[in-house]
Parts: sequence; structure tokens; C-alpha cells
Amino acid sequence: MSARSCLAANEWICGEYLRSRSQELVDATVQHVGIALSSVALGLLVALPLALLVRRWRGLAGPVLGLTTVLYTVPSLALFALLMPVFGLSAAVVVTGLALYSLTILVRNLLAGLDAVPAETREAARGMGYGPLRLLLEVELPLALPALMAGVRIATVSSVSLTTVGAIVGHGGLGDLLYAGLDSYFKAQVLTASVLCVVLAVTADVLLLGVQRLLTPWTRTGKPAPAARRRGRGGGPAGGPGGPGHPGGPGGPGTAASGGTGAAAGPVPSVTSAAKAG
Amino acid sequence: MDFLVDAWNWLLTPAHWAGAGGAGRRLVEHLRLTGISLALACAVALPLALWLGHRGRGGALAVNLSNAGRAVPTFAVLVLFALTPLGRLGDVPTILALVLFAVPPLLTNAYVGMREADRDAVEAARGMGMSGGQVFLGVELPLAFGLIMTGIRSAAVQIVATATLAALAGGGGLGRIITAGFNTYSTPQVVAGALLVAGLALAVEALLAPVQWLLDPVRRSRGAGRRPGPSAKPAAGTAGGAFGNSGNSGNGSNGSNGISNSPSRISGARGAGETSTTRSELDGDLR
Repeated sequence: MSARSCLAANEWICGEYLRSRSQELVDATVQHVGIALSSVALGLLVALPLALLVRRWRGLAGPVLGLTTVLYTVPSLALFALLMPVFGLSAAVVVTGLALYSLTILVRNLLAGLDAVPAETREAARGMGYGPLRLLLEVELPLALPALMAGVRIATVSSVSLTTVGAIVGHGGLGDLLYAGLDSYFKAQVLTASVLCVVLAVTADVLLLGVQRLLTPWTRTGKPAPAARRRGRGGGPAGGPGGPGHPGGPGGPGTAASGGTGAAAGPVPSVTSAAKAG
Repeated sequence: MDFLVDAWNWLLTPAHWAGAGGAGRRLVEHLRLTGISLALACAVALPLALWLGHRGRGGALAVNLSNAGRAVPTFAVLVLFALTPLGRLGDVPTILALVLFAVPPLLTNAYVGMREADRDAVEAARGMGMSGGQVFLGVELPLAFGLIMTGIRSAAVQIVATATLAALAGGGGLGRIITAGFNTYSTPQVVAGALLVAGLALAVEALLAPVQWLLDPVRRSRGAGRRPGPSAKPAAGTAGGAFGNSGNSGNGSNGSNGISNSPSRISGARGAGETSTTRSELDGDLR
């Protein structure tokens, strides 16, 4: 009785809503995660060859970084609207748009990571008979991994948050619930969807931090690691994407250096410091 | 590419610019929302960040705010505000949301700018007998200027973007052209609205960059620094210092956390130097 009345009374927190609409919530969450993850994956797929191209032909750096910065500046609603005539009202609009944003962050972090690989290390590998491909796969990419992962975390968290804007084309995951809730003034639905969005973003970030730790075990051995890890933990609530490597220290606000283990991400441009919000 | 031509024609039709719901009115709305919100956000964030930075406190808060802000969907906040009693107050919920999302980049950049002000220069200024206020105004603030302006630029672009989303949540601004286009299945209007929004965001970004360059106290005092003067000296000296500092910082984060355990230490400022020539937060110091 009392449970039913919370829906009728349009309360913000409503257990009955969770029970009666659980399927709807699960579907929206699954769509949300699918869109966010596939956009980051697509961004990564394009960013990797792009970063390698830029590294090979330095002349490309200006145009590529400039173009991605311009793309990053375009607000999400406008970007989706521009992609709409190309893809129609489909999830492809949202995935492509978010992939373009991810691309910007990933290319920059990847380049920063690769640039930070010490020349001596490269020389040593070459001296040991490593060819270009093996050098890239076994030496350079692993060393650039912390910077790349920092970028992946930022891109993922931004994508999870921006997927909501996909509601404009009807493919916004939890954003669709927000949009519908706004029209029908449905408080419980809006609050639940909002909280789920934040939970998804934080969960994704923590999971990626775990992946990063697993992939880069060498960052935890040796002496600087414990201190670094402690600093990272002390960082944000649930280790926000890119906690302070050094509070007030290096890198500036644009650093995508993730808390603790983050590395090599110092010279990431300031654009990434803005939460990509619109 | 037909849709671009259609959108262009839409933009060139005078009727679409006139009237209460016309693009002209929406543009003014958008600029008004952006201006008010940016001013409010600066009024809240900058004094706090400068004070925290001068004191050297609250670093974790200042730096993590940006990260937390990234995880919270702007759209969700706009919708939440619209459903609270605030929603009946016209533009208030929109402006509140815009301010909320503009504060993190302002706070973080200004704070880090203050903290990154070359410690040697600050120490030297103290050694010369400058008071706390003099150090703040004469040394820390000029050195932090680049990052403060970077924060303002980020915040401005952020606000322009977020104000667009406000249309989805029932607010005004240029986003309304896009949402109205969606509602009437008018693709030219949707694309035209998108072009306007994108153009505005890029224009804000592009206009603030030369403003930053013109106002930069370090650059200006470096020009005047040919003749040695008490105020020009520390600033000119530390411009180089700030560069060195930042150069280290890019690689310093390698050294101190991650890659330092890899076979050899990161050398030199190569990585930082090269990547920062794009448009990094070091801009202000480099130029």
C-alpha cells in the first residue's frame, strides 16, 4: 500500500519503481554500456594507427591534433545532429560521435606515452636485434600503456556520461529514461537513471584501473610504487579518472595521469581537463 | 552532402532568424546564459582557487573536482534541476547547472597554476622581503595567469556546450533550434542549428586564445624585461623556469610513479617539449 503510493505521489526515491520497472532499467543500462564501450573501442581502433602515423610522419601531427581538437570542441548535441543525416536515427550516430571524442583523448595520450619512451631503451632493444614491429609491440606499447590507459579511463567515463545525450536520437540508454522522465515529470525515474549513470561511470573507471594494474605489473614493483599507490588511493572518491599524480605538482590539470600508477601523461593538452559535458 | 547545402540555405533564409523563436533570438539567449554563468562561475571559483593555491591547501579537492565532474552526466543534472521546485524559476536551473559544470576546470587550473608558480621565484620574492600579498600579486598571480586563462577558456567552451543541452531539458538557447528541428523532422534545421552551435563553441575558443596571449603578464614583462626593473626581473626569470618546471613535470610523472621502474629513466624534456607545442596547458609559459 505504502509502496504503491510512492509512485502515485511521484516521490524521488521509490522502491516500487525499481521493482516494477526493473526490466526497463536493465535494458536501458545494457544499451548504455553497449554504446559507451563500443564507442571507446572504436576510438581506440582508429587512434592506434593514427598515433603511429603521426609518429612516423611528424608533419601530420599538426593537422591530426588540430582536427581532433576542433572535433572535441563541438558540443555533443551538435555533433549528434551533424551525424544524424549520415546515419539516420540510429545508435550509430551516438557511437560514432562518442568515438570521435574518445579519439581525441586517446591519440594525444598515446603520442605522449610513446614519446616518453626513453631513447636509451629503444637503442638497447635495437641493439638486441629487435625489429621495428617487435620494438613497438614488446617495448614501446607496454611502456606507453599507463598513459594509454589513463586516456582510456577518461574516454570511458566521458562516454558513459555523454551517452545520455543520445536520447535526442532515441538511443541514449539511461538518457532515454531521463528524457521520458522529464516529459512525464517522473521523479523516481529521473533520479534512478541519474544515479545509475554515475554508478556506471565510477564502476567502469575502477575496473579499468584494475585492468591497468594487471597489465602493468612492473609499475608496482620497486620502491616508488607504494607511495604512488597510496597517493592515488587518497585521490578521489573511488579513484576518479585521473586522480592527482602529485597534488599541485606536475602535469597540470590536463594531465590524464591516473591516480597512482598514471604515468607519461603529463603533457596532455588542456582540452582533456574539461569534463566533456555537452 | 546535400544536407549541408540544405542547412546552408536554411541559415541564409532571413525568416529563420527573425521572431521570438528565431535563430537571432536564440543566439542572444545562448550568449546571455553563457555570459552570466561564466561570470558567476569565475566569481565563485577563482577567488577560492587563488586563495587555496596561495595557501597551498585543498589540493586534493581542487584536482579531484574535475574528475568527479566528468562522471556526472550534464544532461542528468539539467533534468534533475528542471524537476525540482527550481524548475519553475525560468533560467535559474539552467544557470545553476552551467555554473556547477564550469567551476571544476576553473578551480583546478587556477589552483594548479598557483602551485606550479616556480617555487624558486616565490622563495626569492620572500627573500627580497615581499609580503604575502606582494608575492601573491607580483609573482604567483602573473605566473599562474596562463593556466587561469586556460581554465576560463575550458569553462567557456564547457558552458557553451552545456547550454546547448539545456534545450533538451526545456531551456532556451541555440540548442532549441536543434530540438525543434528534431520534433518537426526538419533535417536542414537540425543541421543548421548544429552548425551554429559548433561555430559558436569554436569561435569562443578561438577568440579567447588571442585574449590570453595579449593579456599574459609574463609575456608582456618579458618584452619590457630588457631593461632590468624590480618587477620585470622575477617574472622574466621565471618564465624560463616555468618552462623548465613544466618540462620536468610531464616527464616527472613518469619518473615518480609509473615508468621509473622501467629499464632506464626518462631523459630530457623531449616528450613534454614536443607534445606541448600542440596546445597544452603550458602554452602560456611557452610563448
